[in-house]
Amino acid sequence: MKLSKYFVKKLRNEGVSEYVIRKLQEKLSTYQEIPTKVLKKIVEKVIEKYNSALIEPSENIGVVTAQSVGEPGTQMTLRTFHFVGVKELNVTLGLPRLIEIFDARNKPSTPTMIVPLKKPYSQSKDKAMKVAIKLEELLVEDILTDHETDENAMEVILYLDKDAMKSRDVKVKDLKALLQKIKNVKVLYSESDPSVIRISPLQQLNIKQLNKLKDRVLNLKIKGISGIRRTVVRRVDKEDGTFEWVIATEGSNLKDMLKVPEVDRNRVYTNDIFEVYNVLGIEAARIVIIREAMKVLEDQGLDVNIKHIMLIADAMTRTGKIKQIGRHGIVGEKPSPLAKAAFEITTKHLYDAAIRGAIDELKGVAENIIVGQPIKTGTGKVKMYFDIMKYIENLAS
Amino acid sequence: MEETEYVIKTIKFGILSPEHIKKMSVVTITVPDTYDEEWVPIPFGLMDRRLGTLEPLQRCETCGERMEQCPGHFGRIELARPVIHIGFIKYITMILQTTCSECGRILLDDNSIRRYKDYYLRFKNKKLHYFATLINNIVVKKASQASKCPHCKATKLKIKFERPFSIIEEMNGESKILTPYEVHDRLKKIPDEDVELLGFDPVYARPEWAVLFTLPVPPISIRPSITLETGERSEDDLTHKLGDIVRTNEKLKQSIESGSPQLIIDEHWNLLQFHVATYFDNEIAGLSQSVHRSGRPLKTFAQRLKGKEGRFRSNLSGKRVDFSARTVISPDPFISINEVGVPYDVAMRLTVPEKVTQWNIDRLKEAVRKGPNELGGANYVIRPDGRQIDLRFVKDRNVLADQLEPGYIVERHLMDGDLVIFNRQPSLHRISIMAHQVKCLPGKTLRINPMVCPPYNADFDGDEMNLFVPQDSEARSEMETIMKVEKQMLTPRYGGMIIGALHDYITSAYILTKKDTKLSRFIASYILGLAGYREPIELSNEIKGREIFSKLLPNIDFEGKPLAVFNEEDKKLVIKAGRILSGVIDHNAIGDQKAHTLLHKIYLTFGPEFTKDFIDKLGKLLIGYLDHYGFSIGLDEEDLPDEAYANINEAIRKHLKKVDEYIEMYRKGLLEREPGATVEETLEQKIMDELNLARDEAGKIAEKYFNQDNSILITAKTGARGKMLNLFHMAACIGQQSLRGKRITRGYENRTLPHFKKGDISPYARGFIKSNYKKGLSPLEFFFHAISGREGLVDTAVRTSQSGYMQRRLINALLDVYVEYDGTVRDAEGNIIQFLYGEDGIDPTYSFGQEPVDLDSIIKDELEK
Repeated sequence: MKLSKYFVKKLRNEGVSEYVIRKLQEKLSTYQEIPTKVLKKIVEKVIEKYNSALIEPSENIGVVTAQSVGEPGTQMTLRTFHFVGVKELNVTLGLPRLIEIFDARNKPSTPTMIVPLKKPYSQSKDKAMKVAIKLEELLVEDILTDHETDENAMEVILYLDKDAMKSRDVKVKDLKALLQKIKNVKVLYSESDPSVIRISPLQQLNIKQLNKLKDRVLNLKIKGISGIRRTVVRRVDKEDGTFEWVIATEGSNLKDMLKVPEVDRNRVYTNDIFEVYNVLGIEAARIVIIREAMKVLEDQGLDVNIKHIMLIADAMTRTGKIKQIGRHGIVGEKPSPLAKAAFEITTKHLYDAAIRGAIDELKGVAENIIVGQPIKTGTGKVKMYFDIMKYIENLAS
Repeated sequence: MEETEYVIKTIKFGILSPEHIKKMSVVTITVPDTYDEEWVPIPFGLMDRRLGTLEPLQRCETCGERMEQCPGHFGRIELARPVIHIGFIKYITMILQTTCSECGRILLDDNSIRRYKDYYLRFKNKKLHYFATLINNIVVKKASQASKCPHCKATKLKIKFERPFSIIEEMNGESKILTPYEVHDRLKKIPDEDVELLGFDPVYARPEWAVLFTLPVPPISIRPSITLETGERSEDDLTHKLGDIVRTNEKLKQSIESGSPQLIIDEHWNLLQFHVATYFDNEIAGLSQSVHRSGRPLKTFAQRLKGKEGRFRSNLSGKRVDFSARTVISPDPFISINEVGVPYDVAMRLTVPEKVTQWNIDRLKEAVRKGPNELGGANYVIRPDGRQIDLRFVKDRNVLADQLEPGYIVERHLMDGDLVIFNRQPSLHRISIMAHQVKCLPGKTLRINPMVCPPYNADFDGDEMNLFVPQDSEARSEMETIMKVEKQMLTPRYGGMIIGALHDYITSAYILTKKDTKLSRFIASYILGLAGYREPIELSNEIKGREIFSKLLPNIDFEGKPLAVFNEEDKKLVIKAGRILSGVIDHNAIGDQKAHTLLHKIYLTFGPEFTKDFIDKLGKLLIGYLDHYGFSIGLDEEDLPDEAYANINEAIRKHLKKVDEYIEMYRKGLLEREPGATVEETLEQKIMDELNLARDEAGKIAEKYFNQDNSILITAKTGARGKMLNLFHMAACIGQQSLRGKRITRGYENRTLPHFKKGDISPYARGFIKSNYKKGLSPLEFFFHAISGREGLVDTAVRTSQSGYMQRRLINALLDVYVEYDGTVRDAEGNIIQFLYGEDGIDPTYSFGQEPVDLDSIIKDELEK
């Protein structure tokens, strides 16, 4: 059964959203013939229900939203770690993660990516594993059994792990070439003792500098994508019975990940909001905020309508930049000195207002509470007058 | 008495200018003391009578008013040497860094100044304060980089702020402290337009005003002295601080006059600067705190304003009111969910002002006659001329009652049916504050129906709640239309019923609607009568419980899935035209905090009023039935036959053996590590999985031996109280205790307790509890159990503070956000946050889960018609 153009137009004219119209069409398509009379009734009922559920003007929706997200916060467990599908990967969840999202921290405490692959690679575990190993960041440190600084000879000594080198396909020659790129050092390697590389600086260094040099050497990237510390290949079964192999990572680097040819770029996902913002822009960042916050709430089994999270995400991203829920973000940028002073760092805001000769226009809720006047949203937005003459006239007639 | 209503439109901030300080001051304070021996304020002292009065009956020497009318008056201290206001010192430094010390202009060429000025004014006139500030910041940044004045070509010396209150100028590697005189001179030179470009308001906040030559002395109403019980007088912290300032100032004056060496003068000057600085803020970094005699740091201006207990958060944002009550709450299932039981004592203290009209005059006369000490009386009468009469002191109330006529106001006692606001802290969401109808009851506690506990998150283990009485009809009408309990039954969080049956109500509903429950006619009519059912019932002597429940139901169709599935037929709850055809009623049908229940559907179909009545009737019916049925839980409910224990032991032994095998494999190095984990982590994971299996299997075995009428089983399965896991803990096996999600490992070196060998990682040495609560725990098990229990307590304590702060920030960020008439979501400034609320404009309170409309049921309903 299909919805005729007439009905679609009618729904649209009555303000019913496209989403509902589409859903209704989907639902109706599973039915056989429906008499037009019934269909008309259905459409009318949908319009009625839709319009009766519309939000009331001047509803103080911000407070409702804050309460709807804040109240379940008290019921959340503080349990920090949780496993995403695979038990090998830890991801911060629960209240700490929610706070982290609203804080708009630069880096999440546990960045992860979900990396789907293009066709041939996503179908076999071996192929996916190969890609995964390619992605993993390999540092000099990862292929050593041990390392030390020789303070007499003033050298950094690296003891190579042959097995690790073999399994990660690193040749001594390449490593030597890589190390040689460091300025002002000589790389010593003798065939007689193939598991040792000595790095000797050309200049006179003190011990502190030598240790610094060692750290620098250990953190040199041999291959992979920087920031991707670990990868796990995981099988994802889809609803239609097919499956694919997907790589989950510890650490995140969206920009470089998108450059890997085997990766299905359209579906790569990271939980790092700022990275998404920098690579894909503010709209994408908004969606990641919504998704991440909803994930936390759903994981805790808390039922919260997505509209609340959407409003928070919109408030955070409204200006085109990600703003924190707090003194360095939304609250801190309010124009009202009183509202800011009532939140945090009271004196600073007052001094600031004083030198600027700031004017508080008492538009917001907090300011009007402070001066003891009715607030200008909700029932405070409207005024009602009773025209007594009209009333009497009506009584008379 | 004439009243004029004023509305505060704006509040302007600024710095007091020296002229202003002089103009508003009524006396120059020169004596650092307060009172003489006879407790008379010393003239020109800190408590000078001209500063206002706080003593009753005494008149202020400046305005001649009494304590209630006199707001107090400012005085001033003429400082012998100027000092810098500590709060503005960073701004002053910034200004000195960006302006020329010779000509006072900003260190930018005329062209750039003109350009920036242009932008600045344009933004400012459009009230784009954010961008205007941005321009200020750019100017400051650019100007502070200059090394030469583009106007008079003077070289720019480096200026630094040094803690706590020095401004230092560096010249050829030598640094020199700028005196407040020098600072003042330089600031004074800067033209108004340049000051403005640096972010200052040239009219209300000239920068040189931040250098203080005269210090205002606040009136004594701001710093009242207190008399202790011992008769001793104690001065306010501010008075102490002002005393220090005056004393230092006088000494400084003396040493200047007597021509003391510069060093001495500087020392006094510095001390004056210190006192003035701590007078404003006693928590300056790099400065020792000024303390009271007892060693307690003084609370000066900044401390009065700051923080949770400060003026802003505690007094200005937090309002306190009269006409309120607070006591312990207790349950009363026989009052309606929208009522609150108020003790007589409370009802006779709280009053409602009621204007006398021809329609209520008789009632109010009666109230006045009854007086203040009889319920239904009144406490005050206000005559049309505004005079208030206290009924406690009226000799013959009958006379007063006869005088009553329209125009009088009677403050009568609270009575049945009055609307009051009821609240329980923490007020985490709006349904923590709702309007109830008063029902005056004997007793000393506030009474509520147990079914309104979920929105308040209340229980009766000693909780207290607050009650407020509205004083005008505007407030009452808002409460009537939006705050009443029945209008708040849906939560905007997920659009479900927050109010519904809980605990015993659910148990009762389940037992009543079980397939084989039959009631005698006597009992049936008894409980239906209790519920207010007044229709005749069938004469049959065996009436099905379902039929009785159905009698309360309105004409409604409903299909649902009961939580409790004890037999195949109950798998689906079907209600057709208000009759239960199959299935049982449990938490999924009438439960609280749940969407898409039977109650939810009734609410959406029949509205708040009807639903309230339905829930009231339902509650009485279910309570009545459970009373008759007699439902309780005993220790023998957890008893299992020996055979069951044997099976459980066998199952646990089997899993423990498996764990031993894993450990053995690990010791031999045969355990294969899982990807992304070390061998140790793999082993831990395997052991934990295995031990959880052991507990689950023990539970599963126990479950087989429970009867269907086991009380705990019923409460757990119907969703009334508890989970099956709790029952298993009691009857079968408690299982692994954890700390931070891992097995317990901490304690001694390589072992949890000295009872184990070092390095023992077997289940019992790491907190596995094989016993159950019924049998009891061994001492070691008890210890591990306590570890886990403590973690839970700490967890809740930490969580409440964290989530509380998160919510405070969310509220502060979003409190101005509202829906405009055009459907957009805006903040206080009118900035658009969303073009259409939630992308479709649907209120989550009335939406169907995450979907705007419940299409399935609309289609189904219409097709079936």
